[in-house]
Amino acid sequence: MKVALLRTVFRVFVLLVLFSGPFSRAQEGHSGHAEAATGEAGHAGHEKVDAGEIVAHHTGDSHEYLVEIPFLLHKTIHLPVILWTGKGLSIFSSARFKGDNEGKVVVTDDKGNRFVRIHEVIYYADKVKPGDKVSALDFDKRPLDFSFTRNALAILIVFGLLFLVLYYTVKGYRNPKKLPKGMAGFIEPIVLFIRDDVAIPNLGKDKYEKFMPYLLTVFFFILFSNLVGLIPFAPFGHNLTGNILVTFVLAVFTFILTTINGNKHYWKEIFTPEVPKALWPIMVPIEILSMFTKPFALMVRLFANILAGHTIMISLVALIFILGTVYVSPVSGFFIIFMSFIELLVAFIQAYIFTILSALFIGLAIQEHEHGEHHTEETVH
Amino acid sequence: MNLTAPESLIFWMTLFFLIFFFLLTKFAWKPILKAVKERERNIEAAVDEAERVKQEMAKLKADNEKLLQEARAQRDQILKEARELKEQMLQEARAEAEKQRAEELAKTKQLIEAERQAALKDIHHHVAKLTVEMAEKVLRDQLADKAKQEELIRKNLSELKLN
Repeated sequence: MKVALLRTVFRVFVLLVLFSGPFSRAQEGHSGHAEAATGEAGHAGHEKVDAGEIVAHHTGDSHEYLVEIPFLLHKTIHLPVILWTGKGLSIFSSARFKGDNEGKVVVTDDKGNRFVRIHEVIYYADKVKPGDKVSALDFDKRPLDFSFTRNALAILIVFGLLFLVLYYTVKGYRNPKKLPKGMAGFIEPIVLFIRDDVAIPNLGKDKYEKFMPYLLTVFFFILFSNLVGLIPFAPFGHNLTGNILVTFVLAVFTFILTTINGNKHYWKEIFTPEVPKALWPIMVPIEILSMFTKPFALMVRLFANILAGHTIMISLVALIFILGTVYVSPVSGFFIIFMSFIELLVAFIQAYIFTILSALFIGLAIQEHEHGEHHTEETVH
Repeated sequence: MNLTAPESLIFWMTLFFLIFFFLLTKFAWKPILKAVKERERNIEAAVDEAERVKQEMAKLKADNEKLLQEARAQRDQILKEARELKEQMLQEARAEAEKQRAEELAKTKQLIEAERQAALKDIHHHVAKLTVEMAEKVLRDQLADKAKQEELIRKNLSELKLN
């Protein structure tokens, strides 16, 4: 959706430059994207534009992946639906739903199971009727869904890109006697930064090495996801780190690493904190809760920052259609460019924050008992 | 936000993250970190080596300086000695010359004295001769009176009594 919108904006810009405002009314609308097409080039107002819907559609997940390059390509790829019905896997193309999201199209798989799709969630056709109020949490009404969705594909794209970049980086290190060339000039300073300013200060000089791969993977995954999310056309432009499920998984990994590496002192601080025994009934639950709130904060911070960025961007584009005039587009365009710079900054900052806080949490769990530790603990909160 | 079914993305994210975590660790992070560490060790070694060479150079330079100082001192010593020797030689020569001059002077004086004595003798001789001649002439004139002659002779002789 976002891609379609951005294409529209791109066209409007080009036309503004070429013909100046009024002539752009001759723009043709595109089919299949009602919100975008009707809002285009000053003809808005005939149909209501629901910016909320547009934002929700872009930032969310979907079984369809829209590949679009301005002026050249406009194609919907139907990703596979993979369902676990309890009796076996059921795999079929999402094309069979024919774009339906209201539960009107019933798909029957080869085992005779019947499914409908409502708001990107697939339910058993015989347990919901079109128009029913259902949610993804009604596990009794739907099969377990392991569909390879748009965001799953995006994860693969980001990791693939990261792997490609790093593959070429490592190639530059072939001759150990010489300085690395090419991509290493970009990657190595970041790696050194993670090592010298994130890992070593938080994890200690003799323990940091074990966690370096994790911190680097997390940092580069978040950074690449953030940056890729800023490129407004396929195969980029995903709202990946702005998806709470993705940040949830990352936070869970940090939580697992913190918990399994926690030393005696870490557990002692939680279950027998250094306070008068009378306070233990209050302190112990708080300490136990803080085990979970730390990764929870990680999850929400990253998710909210990136989601907010994407939401603002799309809202700025949607503003053109809400106000129904093409003359807003330079204003929107200016603010989008402005926001893009801020988002570029945020992309780095959030990747850095997630990584340094992960390092800090792990560091708190593994550090030996020292008197100076309370200072570090204070900086967390 | 449409999340579809949450288990879907959680499953794929976990799967891809783990796969790529191991892939990247094996093919990217470990080689990069190893290369960086090795390079740092090399740089450290090179810096240490440079420091060592620098110290050695400083030591060498100090040695050179010391040698130079010694040489300079030796030169000064030699020069001083030479100067002293020269002074001494000059003094000796001067003394020698003085002595010689004094000797010469003495000899000359002696010679002059001798000459003078000789001259005096000569003069005495001449004077005597002249006197005698004179006396002879006078006597020849006055020797008519014998008594007077003797008287005169006696008187004059006593007056003449050398010088």
